[in-house]
Amino acid sequence: MANVLVNAPKTAKRGSIVEIKALILHPMETGFRPGPNGRIIPRNIIERFTATWNGTEIFDMEMSPAIAANPFVSFFAVASESGTVGLRWTGDEGFVVEERVSIAVE
Amino acid sequence: MDRRRFLAGTAAIVVLPFDSAQATPEAMAAAIRKVVGSSPVREGRVSLDLPPLVENGSTVPLVVSVESPMTEADYIKAIHVFNEKNPQPGVFTARLGPRNGRAVVGTRIKLGDSQKIVAIAETSGGQFWSASADVIVTLAACLEEST
Amino acid sequence: MKVLRLGIGLAIVFAASWALAQGIVDKGVTDKRRSGTQDMGEALQKMQDDDTANPGMLFVQLGGQLWGKAAGAAGKSCADCHGGAASMKGVAARYPAIPKGTDAPVDLEGRINLCRTANQQADSFPPESRELLALAAYVAHQSRGLPIAPPDDPRLAPFRTRGQDLWKIRQGQLNLSCAICHDDNAGRKLAGVTIPEAHPTGYPIYRLEWQTLGSLKRRLRNCLAGIRAEPYAYDAAEYVMLDLFLMDRAKGMTLESPAVRP
Ligand code: HEC
Ligand code: HEC
Repeated sequence: MANVLVNAPKTAKRGSIVEIKALILHPMETGFRPGPNGRIIPRNIIERFTATWNGTEIFDMEMSPAIAANPFVSFFAVASESGTVGLRWTGDEGFVVEERVSIAVE
Repeated sequence: MDRRRFLAGTAAIVVLPFDSAQATPEAMAAAIRKVVGSSPVREGRVSLDLPPLVENGSTVPLVVSVESPMTEADYIKAIHVFNEKNPQPGVFTARLGPRNGRAVVGTRIKLGDSQKIVAIAETSGGQFWSASADVIVTLAACLEEST
Repeated sequence: MKVLRLGIGLAIVFAASWALAQGIVDKGVTDKRRSGTQDMGEALQKMQDDDTANPGMLFVQLGGQLWGKAAGAAGKSCADCHGGAASMKGVAARYPAIPKGTDAPVDLEGRINLCRTANQQADSFPPESRELLALAAYVAHQSRGLPIAPPDDPRLAPFRTRGQDLWKIRQGQLNLSCAICHDDNAGRKLAGVTIPEAHPTGYPIYRLEWQTLGSLKRRLRNCLAGIRAEPYAYDAAEYVMLDLFLMDRAKGMTLESPAVRP
């Protein structure tokens, strides 16, 4: 079950700049922390977050273990045409989550 | 583990103003050099918004904003954030372009300790601008036993 | 020896605080009780208030998904018996309570686990498991904004009184009671942190220190470990008693689950 919360406007004026915020459930285990048994808990992080607007990449973020658990990202985008904003998180242990929101531009 | 510092604060939280002459720890300097190469890094145009006093270092809100018209001809193509004291110097690299309209990125980071954070913006013309901020992480009380 | 030294340091801090505390016994008409939220900085209050920024809401979302998922030998989901989320409105505001046909109170997580075992015929969720916390957060979220309203059940009284005794008893190597910190020294600083009044208004909470959601029980275990007392076993009745006492003490205060705490 993917758990993602996305905050983006449903509608926007053509050419206006909108803010997109996204939160995803993920431990962002650093790989530097000992677990209860004293052994290091293996690294398990999201390495990359990518956003597309109607398929064209508009934003990308490379993450490190210094990003807090349950990563939050906010960025802006020009509302050029109606369509779909695609968000994609990928990381260790084959982690891939995709989410889409639509924005109507008028 | 002695990090379990319940009551450690009875020894008072020492608020250390960072000495601007203090050398940037080498790892961070090296990581920055890897990104900027031999180009000069100028202070300005970038603002780094972080709470100066953090109640808990494990989730610190951070926003980087860069002045830029964000047009095809002149935009910010990347924002890099570095820290001094976490195990790795790189925090994140965001790649942007004119379709973002504004060169502003927000996230939340972990800070194991009080330290300096540096943000560097790379323009489409290959210039580098930067800002830095000092964050003081206060200790949390009533922490969990780590065992 | 470290504990001892720190303990002495604490005694000094408190000695100073007590001197201050003498004069201020004000039983005003207005409600002076403060939720832990009010002791947080602006950045964290904003994080709590914005549903797409509060990480606790990820668990509420997960809880909503689990709510509709059939489980156990009965093959039933929570929704099959309870219907939509609205059926849970006000429930968290009146827990702990005594389930029908029994005579001991359970907290909200305990009640959910009862449905797990008795109604879904599934294994109970382990304490602090993601599923249990997510369902508790989902249920508690339906009471957000409602006043805490402990049930009017006389059978609860002895348990609540016992909770109050636990609140007042000095314990642990530091020989402190909950009351010394949370009644007598609330609002003062300890290790750079403001001592809250300890109202259970936001549970389960997303605690930044934990980097995840956690129950009131986990929070209480942290305080017990803090005063170097052996935390009660996970299934101990003491937690429910303290919960009952704390909910009564916070009666009328607004629920804000899932709250964010440092
Ligand atoms: C087979 C039917 C059934 C299923 C499945 C079921 N419950 Fe229940 N639940 C009940 C009954 C019956 C009660 C008791 C109502 C009463 O005491 O009046 C109850 C009570 C509750 C209460 C307390 C309500 C109150 O007003 O005090 C909560 C909370 C609750 N259930 C949560 C859940 C959750 C979460 C799930 C899924 C994990 C679940 N239940 C699954 C039948 C069910
Ligand atoms: C030495 C002082 C001290 C003692 C003794 C103590 N606590 Fe705490 N407690 C704290 C502090 C400080 C915090 C806030 C921790 C933080 O933000 O890091 C806290 C937090 C809490 C909270 C969370 C409140 C919220 O807003 O979510 C509860 C509930 C609580 N304590 C209950 C108790 C109980 C019950 C006991 C007794 C078993 C107890 N505490 C003993 C210092 C204490």
